[in-house]
Amino acid sequence: MTHWIIAPVVLPAIIGALIVLAMRRDLLLQRIFGLAATVALLAIALALLVASSRNPPEVYFLGDWPAPFGIVMVLDRLAALMLALTAFLALMVQLYAVGTGWDARGRHFHALFQFQLMGICGAFLTGDAFNLFVFFEVLLIASYGLMIHSGGAQRLRAGVQYIAYNLVGSTLFLFGLATLYSVTGTLNMADLAVKAATLPAGDAALLRVAGVLLLLVFAIKGALVPLHFWLPNTYAQAPGPVSALFAVMTKVGAYAVLRIYTLIFPPGTEATGTLFADLLMPAALVTLVVGAIGVLGASSLARLVAFAAVASMGTLFIAIAAFTPQATAAALYYMLHSTLAAAVLFLIADLVTARRAGDSLHHALPAIAQQGLIAALFFAGAIAIAGMPPLSGFLGKLLILDASRGAGMALIWSTILITSLVIIMGFARAGSVLFWKSHASPAEPDARPAEPLAFVAVFALLAGLAALTIFAGPVMEMMQATAAQLYAPAGYIGANALPGGV
Amino acid sequence: MEALIASAVGLMTAAGIYLILRLRTFPVIVGLSMLTYAVNVFIFASGRLTVGLPPILDSTASGYTDPLTQALVLTAIVISFGMTAVIVMMALGAFLSTGSDRIDDAAEDRAETGGRAE
Repeated sequence: MTHWIIAPVVLPAIIGALIVLAMRRDLLLQRIFGLAATVALLAIALALLVASSRNPPEVYFLGDWPAPFGIVMVLDRLAALMLALTAFLALMVQLYAVGTGWDARGRHFHALFQFQLMGICGAFLTGDAFNLFVFFEVLLIASYGLMIHSGGAQRLRAGVQYIAYNLVGSTLFLFGLATLYSVTGTLNMADLAVKAATLPAGDAALLRVAGVLLLLVFAIKGALVPLHFWLPNTYAQAPGPVSALFAVMTKVGAYAVLRIYTLIFPPGTEATGTLFADLLMPAALVTLVVGAIGVLGASSLARLVAFAAVASMGTLFIAIAAFTPQATAAALYYMLHSTLAAAVLFLIADLVTARRAGDSLHHALPAIAQQGLIAALFFAGAIAIAGMPPLSGFLGKLLILDASRGAGMALIWSTILITSLVIIMGFARAGSVLFWKSHASPAEPDARPAEPLAFVAVFALLAGLAALTIFAGPVMEMMQATAAQLYAPAGYIGANALPGGV
Repeated sequence: MEALIASAVGLMTAAGIYLILRLRTFPVIVGLSMLTYAVNVFIFASGRLTVGLPPILDSTASGYTDPLTQALVLTAIVISFGMTAVIVMMALGAFLSTGSDRIDDAAEDRAETGGRAE
């Protein structure tokens, strides 16, 4: 599988460039090539997932430079899992964008989409901290373009806020990396893990500063309170399919936290101790509460879903902050679930707003076209994200509750359970305003063309959630193996052919 | 030299943060540029400060300076330059379409979303 490791980065890069250069005027060709590339990406990602579950972590040395001198790509279970999740989500979002004609409402949708995938896949695969920064920038610059796709004054203004916020985040990332480099003299993640474990005591303070700076950056990405302010407005203003794709972008932050704070600063590190867990846990709890309150008070459907996404990041970070293999396995399961659930809700919100005269949740409006079907879809999505049985959100929250027995259990359990109730109330209110209170007068038979592809995409995402529920046993075994691999970094270090690994 | 570099980084960061907290796009963009200058100097300094030493192999050299930070800072400059260009274009677009260059939400939006108007 050696050269295939780089394929998830190279393939979107080539196709994206090809779309910009050779088919900028032909939307049909763009759609064909864009969809074909994403299908191929999904196939590669699944093959890599199978390969990673059979083999120990595998490293791709770019230019055949040995680590730590060259840049490396590392394929392990976590990276492969995130790749597969991204590719599946991207394919469905792209189908939806084609099916509803969102991709025709501005230029370069498909090219930007491919560059976005390149950045996300690269961030998951890279084994070099500075390279992680570069891929963050790639995915951000593509996301800036996607966010303001099809324009509009409100969207542009939200776009400026989003960029300004993320530019500050990028600067912070560079400060963190430079501090890390000045202490350890390396930026290869495996080498950092070796160096951080054997650091002279005098440098411990600097290492802690670097670790906290990086944690702040990933908290911005993962929308942790108090660094979440960019998210609700961005997700509410971005085009529906783009917000759905962005559901995986917050997970890049969660992925980076998992990677860096199990590999470079594992909980047993002498210099840092439990510093990061102590910082993450309160922030995660507050994030969950803020998200739930936001769901209850949201003024528009898109904002409601955006705050539900914030709340799900809170739940996810609660599980991550425990830094135990059991909790991490639960976090990974919940990460799969919450990505798909948030994405499907963003798509449904887009279906509703496209048919409704306004986005406001304050007053009822006449019934929309295909009301029954969309209401049922909204109901399923709301159940999923609120964490009610029978869908996977319930299992995910149950696993997280189970994993957080012990110290702080009362606080964590009560927060998760009470916020779940609040989120259910928020969604019930939104659903009744949108679908129940709509006047009995049926919508005038509207001229919207049937959008079979869009509904296929929504159903496929819901089917993904159902599959996560039905196959929870095997999936959970896989998550446990992934978590176990994360907490045994010797394999990762050894794959880089560095001393200290196996 | 250490004191000079450290205070330059500190001053530029402080000025950058102050400007970012303004409400108009122009000061925010200048502030972001100041911050990126600060971080570029900071990255450069993270390879330790030396004077007059070559970064690449030289048989007559008495010592070397760290070449990696120079490569890193080059990457950082390119990326931040590109990002600044993007935000300038976006701010211009927002200004031309809304007629205002405020970076926060306009008063009527906040009133609509239930917040307090100015």
